[in-house]
Order: sequence, then C-alpha cells, then structure tokens
Amino acid sequence: MMQTLTLSRLTKRYRDTEALRDVSLDVAPGERVALLGHNGAGKSTLMKIILGLISFDSGEVQVLGAAPGSGPARAGVAYLPESVAFHPALTGLEQIRHYLRLRGEPARLASELLARVGLADAGRRRIGTYSKGMRQRVGLAQALIGHPRLLVLDEPTSGLDPVSRRDFYALLDGLAAEGASVLLSSHALTEVEARTDRLVILSQGRLVTQGSLSDLRRQADLPIMLHVTPRTGASGRLAEALPQGRMNGTALHMSCGQDEKLATLSRIAGLGEIVSDVDVTPPSLEDIYSHFSRRDGQ
Amino acid sequence: MSRILATARSEFLIALRNRWVSIAVAMMVVFSLVLSAAGSAPTGALGADRLSVTVASLTSLAVYLVPLVALLMSFDGVAGEVERGTLPLLLTYPLSRAELLTGKLFAHVAVLTFAVAAGYGSAALSAIATDSAALAGTPALWRLFWTSILLGAAFLCLGYALSALAQRPSGAAGLAIGLWLAMIVLYDLGLLAAIVADGGGWFTTELFPWLLIGNPADAFRLYNLAASEATAAAAGIGGAANAIPPMHALVSMLAWPVLALGAAVLIFRRITP
Repeated sequence: MMQTLTLSRLTKRYRDTEALRDVSLDVAPGERVALLGHNGAGKSTLMKIILGLISFDSGEVQVLGAAPGSGPARAGVAYLPESVAFHPALTGLEQIRHYLRLRGEPARLASELLARVGLADAGRRRIGTYSKGMRQRVGLAQALIGHPRLLVLDEPTSGLDPVSRRDFYALLDGLAAEGASVLLSSHALTEVEARTDRLVILSQGRLVTQGSLSDLRRQADLPIMLHVTPRTGASGRLAEALPQGRMNGTALHMSCGQDEKLATLSRIAGLGEIVSDVDVTPPSLEDIYSHFSRRDGQ
Repeated sequence: MSRILATARSEFLIALRNRWVSIAVAMMVVFSLVLSAAGSAPTGALGADRLSVTVASLTSLAVYLVPLVALLMSFDGVAGEVERGTLPLLLTYPLSRAELLTGKLFAHVAVLTFAVAAGYGSAALSAIATDSAALAGTPALWRLFWTSILLGAAFLCLGYALSALAQRPSGAAGLAIGLWLAMIVLYDLGLLAAIVADGGGWFTTELFPWLLIGNPADAFRLYNLAASEATAAAAGIGGAANAIPPMHALVSMLAWPVLALGAAVLIFRRITP
C-alpha cells in the first residue's frame, strides 16, 4: 500500500541553524499521527515543507506519491495553520464558499461545512467579529473541503474549549475511518494520546522517538512511584523495612524500575499488617514527554 | 480560470465591504462633474463641441486620478495577505501565485471600470444636456473610457509589484505614493527641464518622444489627444501629440499592464510564506 506521506533523511537549514536534521517519517492512509515538541522544535517547519510552502536542503519528501506543493499534492492535502487568519471583511459563509470554489467544489456546500464545525448560526456574520475559537472552526471547516487524503493540522485545538476539542477529535476519527491520514502538532501530550495512533517527538530539529504511548513508556523506562501508607503507629517499622524509601509525614515514598515493579509490590505485600495501603503511580505523560524532548540537555 | 474568477469574486466583495467601490466612484464622479463645469468656458472660441472639450478636461484628470485610485486599491494586494497571515493557507490551495494576482486584478479592474464609467458618464450627461451637438464627441469619450481602464490596469499591476516587494502594507503604501509622484508628477517636470536645457538638440528630437510613450500616463495622454483633433485643439497641445504616432502610444499602454503583472508575479514568487 502506498504511504500517504514519506519523509526520508529530511534536512532543513536556516543560515547557521539546523531546523530539521535527518528526519524520516512515514504516514499510512487512515493513520493519525501527533507531532510533539517544544516551540522551535521544528514542527511548523516540517509541516510547511510537507505543504510545499518552503524548500528543504536535503532528503526526500513524497506527498501522495508526488512532490510537495505540486498539483496532485495540493489537490489532496488540507492545511490548518497555527492561529489561522481570514479576511475580516468576509463572512464565514463567503470565506468557505471561496475556498470551495478554489478546490473546484460546489459553493452550496458551505453552510453544511460550517454546520459540521458548529458554526451554522454565525455563518452570515463577518469573520472580523469572530472569537479565536470561531476562527479556528472556520479553519477546520476549510480543511474538510473535498475529502482530503492528508490533513496537516498545526496545533488545531488551540483556542478551542474542552467540549469543542472533543467534537474536533470525533471529527478526526470519522475522517481517519474514511481513510484520510492526519498529521497534527500539539504541545499537550495528555490531549493527543488517546486520539492518535502514533506519537512523534521532535526535539531541536531531530526526531527523537516515535511509537504508540505504550511504546514510548517502555522506551523511556522511567521509574514508577510507590506511596506506601503505614498502619497507625507502624511508620517506624515500615521505614526500617523499606530503607530505600523516604518517609514523608503520613506515607513512605519510593520509586522502582519498570522491571522491578512486581517484585517490589510483592515485598510490600509481604510486610503484612504494618501496611495499610499502596498507591502505584506510573510515570505521567508529561514525564515521558520531557524525558524525550529534553534529552539534549535543554 | 474558475480559480481566478473565485478569487476575483471574493476580492470584489472585499472591495465593496471596504468601501473602495464607493470611494472610487464618488471620487471620479465629483472630480468629473467639477471639471466638466469648469471646462465649459472655452467651447465657443475653439469651435469644438461641448463633449470633446469635456473629454480633453477628463483626460487631464484621468492622468492623475486613475493611477492614484489604482495604486490605492492594489498596494495592499500582496502585503495585506502577508500581514494578515492569510497567505500560507491560500498557497496550499491548488492556486498559483499568477492566478491569485490575476484574480485580484480582475476584481480591481471591475471596481475601476465602475468608477470611471460613473465619473465620465455623469460628465458626459451634463455636457449632452447643455449642448445638442455634443454627441459628436462620443467616440472620443469611448476611447477615453477604455484607455483609462488600461491605464488603471497598468498601475494596479505596478501596485501589486510594489506590494510584493515591500511585503508590509505600510512600506507598500509609501512605495505606491512614491511611484505616483515619480511617474505622474516628476516625470513630466523632469522631461520639461531636460528639453529646456537641451534647446532643441538630439534629446528633444530623438529621445524625448520615446521617453514620453515609455510612461503609461504620458502614452495615455498622447493617445487620447492625438486620436481626436477636436480634443487636441481643446487641450492646446495638438502639435506635440502629432509628433508621435498614436499606435506607438497604444502599444505602450497595452504592454505596461502585461509587463507589470509579469514583474509582480516574479517578485511575488520570491516571498516565502
């Protein structure tokens, strides 16, 4: 099966800084990929190269089997820029009609598209009067025009409230089910983990890792936190029994590696009546994200 | 073509909303009526009909006003898209930069056509209403009309080129005003000074006519005045107008919009969104 998007050893330099270095990435049809990274990690640069807006120095890029920015690539790719902007004098409907015509689609679909993103009532108002979230929805509506095969979405949920975010991801699920690939960028790992098939982490222009969340969890191999609560009056004995822990008021805090988890738990269980409760906290998504994105000593 | 028309449609809507249509129409109508009223005095003495005299006055008006209106509408063309941040998204659509500029040109030419038609039309009506022989000047008026559109198109395209060059609306506005001053006001003054200094030498006889038709505004003036004896007489520069074949002036007027649009597209291509 042909990949929707293929990047191999992509490198982009801006004068003396390397914005992207040796980035290789494939996106299959129907796959939802989240691009994560700090500001300046190269997410937007990568997207603009895929869209053919900026050139690259070396490597290979294939979008829908064609060169980025070429006719077939443009026809099949939709883009939602970060903080999308429109002409303030046009209404939402007029703006969407314009985009429909540019893609050779009938302009009458505009109201249906706006309704899909929850802007049915505001369509006749000028975009100049819209809130940031509403502009973002207009941006999303234009990205849905003409059944694109690849959607490139630069921080698509910024400015959206939690309910709108949920609606947005539901919309993406529908598109992916129809075979469209989605490449979206985000700062928030918590937001994208459940809604995407693969996470790609960029740091200082390099692709540091990619995979599903459980893959990344395994790779990062961050310690698990255990909070052991002693029975009343047994805290002294608990501290003696688990010397690697640190007694902190009412509970004992300790950490252990992924592979020691079961052994440690059974030891705690073996302590019997001096333990009243155990809480196990796996490394948070933020911990995993910072582990990868700060590896270069940031 | 459908993409050009889609762009033109939206741009026309924007021009309508931004009051450019009403401003341009109002400017042309007011100035045309004032000029036709002021230009009615010499009619009897020259033996020209009233409309031809009005056309002569309107020609002088158009040389100043049409390029100004055109530059005012076009200086924002590329720089405005860059400033608003609408350009990156637009350029991911199946729309080339040449198509985008051509679409804008269509819309702005339509606005200009409205404005010029309203202005000249009202001046012509007032001329015909007071002089029954004025209908003799209709061909001159028609010629003035379509050449004004050509002149406007040339300056619209020059405006896009400046807009792409500046990439910021404020800078583009400054360049547009500078271009207007240089090409409309200072150019003629410079040529005049050179002729005076030359004293009828090689510059005056050989180079000067080419320099005159090299400027679209002067070519426009020459073509309109040379093509109609009555208007030339009314304008009092029949001699100068006859020194240059009107065809040369027409070619210059046709070439300017095409060359300027080409330059605008080339400069626009250098912009990385």
